[in-house]
Amino acid sequence: MNQKLQVSASPHTRGMMTTGKIMTMVTAALLPACVMGVLAFGMHALLVLVFSTASAVAAEYCYEKLLHKSITVRDGSAVVTGLLIGMNMPPQIDLWIPCLGSVFAIVVIKQLYGGLGKNFMNPALGARCFLLISFSSRMTTFSEGKGLWKLVTQVPATTDALSGATPLAYLKTGACFDLKALLIGNHMGCIGEVSAAALLAGGLILLAMKVIRIRIPGSYLGCFAILTLITALVRGYDAPLLYTLQQLCAGGLMLGAWFMATDYVTSPITAMGQIVFGCALGFLTWVFRLIGSGTEGVSYSIIFMNLLVPVIERYTRPVAAGMVRQNRENKRLMRQKKREARRLKAGGGKKEKDT
Amino acid sequence: MRKFTFRGGVHPYDGKELTARKPVRVLEAGTELAFLLSQHIGAPAKSIVKKGDRVLEGQMIAEAGGFVSAPVFSSVSGTVKGIEKRRNAAGALCDAIIVTNDFAHEKAPADPLPGMEAYCALQQETASEKSEYNMVTRSAAEALELIRPDEQLKKLEKNQVLERIRKAGIVGMGGAGFPTHVKLSPSDPEKIDFILVNGSECEPYVTCDYRLMCDRPGELIAGLKAVLRLFGSAKGVFCIEDNKPEAVRILTEALAREENIYVAPCRTKYPEGAERSLIKAITSRDVNSRMLPADAGCIVINVSTAFAIFEAVFLGQPLYRRILTISGDAVVNPENFLVPTGVSFAEIAEKAGGFLQMPEKLIAGGPMMGFAQSDFTGVVTKTSSAITAFRYDLVSRYEETACINCGRCVDACPARLVPSHLADMVQKKQMEHFEENYGLECVNCGSCSWSCPAGRPLAALVNQGRQAILAARRKAK
Repeated sequence: MNQKLQVSASPHTRGMMTTGKIMTMVTAALLPACVMGVLAFGMHALLVLVFSTASAVAAEYCYEKLLHKSITVRDGSAVVTGLLIGMNMPPQIDLWIPCLGSVFAIVVIKQLYGGLGKNFMNPALGARCFLLISFSSRMTTFSEGKGLWKLVTQVPATTDALSGATPLAYLKTGACFDLKALLIGNHMGCIGEVSAAALLAGGLILLAMKVIRIRIPGSYLGCFAILTLITALVRGYDAPLLYTLQQLCAGGLMLGAWFMATDYVTSPITAMGQIVFGCALGFLTWVFRLIGSGTEGVSYSIIFMNLLVPVIERYTRPVAAGMVRQNRENKRLMRQKKREARRLKAGGGKKEKDT
Repeated sequence: MRKFTFRGGVHPYDGKELTARKPVRVLEAGTELAFLLSQHIGAPAKSIVKKGDRVLEGQMIAEAGGFVSAPVFSSVSGTVKGIEKRRNAAGALCDAIIVTNDFAHEKAPADPLPGMEAYCALQQETASEKSEYNMVTRSAAEALELIRPDEQLKKLEKNQVLERIRKAGIVGMGGAGFPTHVKLSPSDPEKIDFILVNGSECEPYVTCDYRLMCDRPGELIAGLKAVLRLFGSAKGVFCIEDNKPEAVRILTEALAREENIYVAPCRTKYPEGAERSLIKAITSRDVNSRMLPADAGCIVINVSTAFAIFEAVFLGQPLYRRILTISGDAVVNPENFLVPTGVSFAEIAEKAGGFLQMPEKLIAGGPMMGFAQSDFTGVVTKTSSAITAFRYDLVSRYEETACINCGRCVDACPARLVPSHLADMVQKKQMEHFEENYGLECVNCGSCSWSCPAGRPLAALVNQGRQAILAARRKAK
């Protein structure tokens, strides 16, 4: 019995979940949407995804190697970031653009702020917005699908009529698009955004695996849907329910709600905060899409709300069990103290310490 | 059937199948025993023996050092060897009376209530017959018939019941070790409406309470009735997690005709058995760190404590032995033992067949809230419910990575805290923030550390902050 025993603070057992496993599950849940994107747009889309992912991992590795930090590429977060950037690219984009985006996301947004867990905004979305501003024409030109759908299916008449426009631009006019096309990805758009059904499936996988909670996507989509429905009714669109459904399925909303707004690092940690966050996202996206002049609003909504996360967390901090009354009591006492201090000041008597 | 539960909590692997079905075996004490003078919260007991004195099994060797304190009894007959410093489970040095066993089994006279002769005789008979310590009687009904708790308790005054409990040195046997007679003397006994007997045993690997509920239900009911005698308007509730259906069934059957005692099956979830979680689950009342359970009208006693109360009140027997589970993947024969206090962990491990391989971690208690031991010299006290030994130390193999703000700790916390933020505050030494964010409300259950995918020692950090604040407060006083 001369071998040493390990001594540490309790608990002496741990759950099975690790950061690496979480990232693997997120990547797996993104794959259906990637597959649909590649089916819709062909091999170039696959190359975009591969290049963006590889450059994100390489950027993280090189940065950490150069700065003599411990290498964290194995936790898989760079893979998720890179993949999300690829999914946010138009299908015909030059390959250097997603690579630049990945490097920007990893180095500027993630690593310069302290690495995993310290970034204040979603790296993939930050990169997307950076690219949108820097190369706006390249980022907003969408080519016709060249993939499988083009070969096996008849393109709906509606898209033919509006060649070169995305479903969102089409919906902006108040008319309806083809819901089936939106679900399977037979229309123009970013690689990872085209198939709402695949994204929804991925989101449900994450829910079932308990990687994410319903709070953020539920409140985001719910809030957006209600506001859109009301707008459609007020503006007297032909089929308000179908219109709302198509607004939900079009553009980056599904990808944003299930995979980007739920990014742990840049969403509130408290349950109430997550619901507030989701509702605010729904509201902002509604403003950008239906009130503002643009068509797409998911990226900017999420980035904007990312910046407010510390504030939300602060004001939605849960009250510890059994502390409600004490808390109110404390506040009452504080108010009382302040009042007394003010009275003393007004009386011009003795000098009082700041309360 | 309605199942009681609370918000938060986790589901660790419980490992109870290793020992749940094993009958309790009597463990024979070795040659030398060490009785810690501080086996409870409060003032340490004061030794009343000196070197060379002969002591008997069940004889008081140290008296209570104050009101919040409890006497200590010898668990064997033998000679006092002296007073030495020994480590308690948490690793602090404290005085211990060392007794050399003479294996004579000479008992100090107990003081059973009149009318308990039949039960005592039966107990004597089964004890000499076999080395197993399960059923004295075949069923709860039979035990209750022999004990007749209602009639017996009518004859006793309230303060007599309390006095017998105090004299027997009973402390909370679930782990905290708060002197039971203090717990049972709240400022207003009429305000107590629930006596919760905590049989949830949510700590993984521990099965000592389960065995008691299956083997001695009648005695537990009698013990609870003794407590209920003290409170005019209280109801008794056995709280049992639903992963112990056998215990639920036995007690439900035994209580079929009782009007004031209920069985509450709780949804299996760690930390169901933590005092505040249990009160929340059963009564929906919240208890914070500034309150006692009595302020919420509840008193929680552990199953083992209820059994000790039975022995004290009805048989006049002091608390000097308890049931202890030794388990874990390093132990050859995981067992439930009836262990005299004062026996060393090494001896118990030996009686359990030794280790398959040298364990990397030895824990006094279960893996969630137990204390890791640095050697095998720890001794059994009134509060030792288990010893667990693991071949590999999982925790030291985990690499701590960055917090990704996933919120699993928030969902797991039964006290509704934000453990990751609290841990950050401790690391940054922002103690005012820590206090403002209810850091003192932590019950140190470890659910946050368990659920953290980044392997952060959240519970340890929060506890560190809590202890620092409490220490500063004590100093200020």
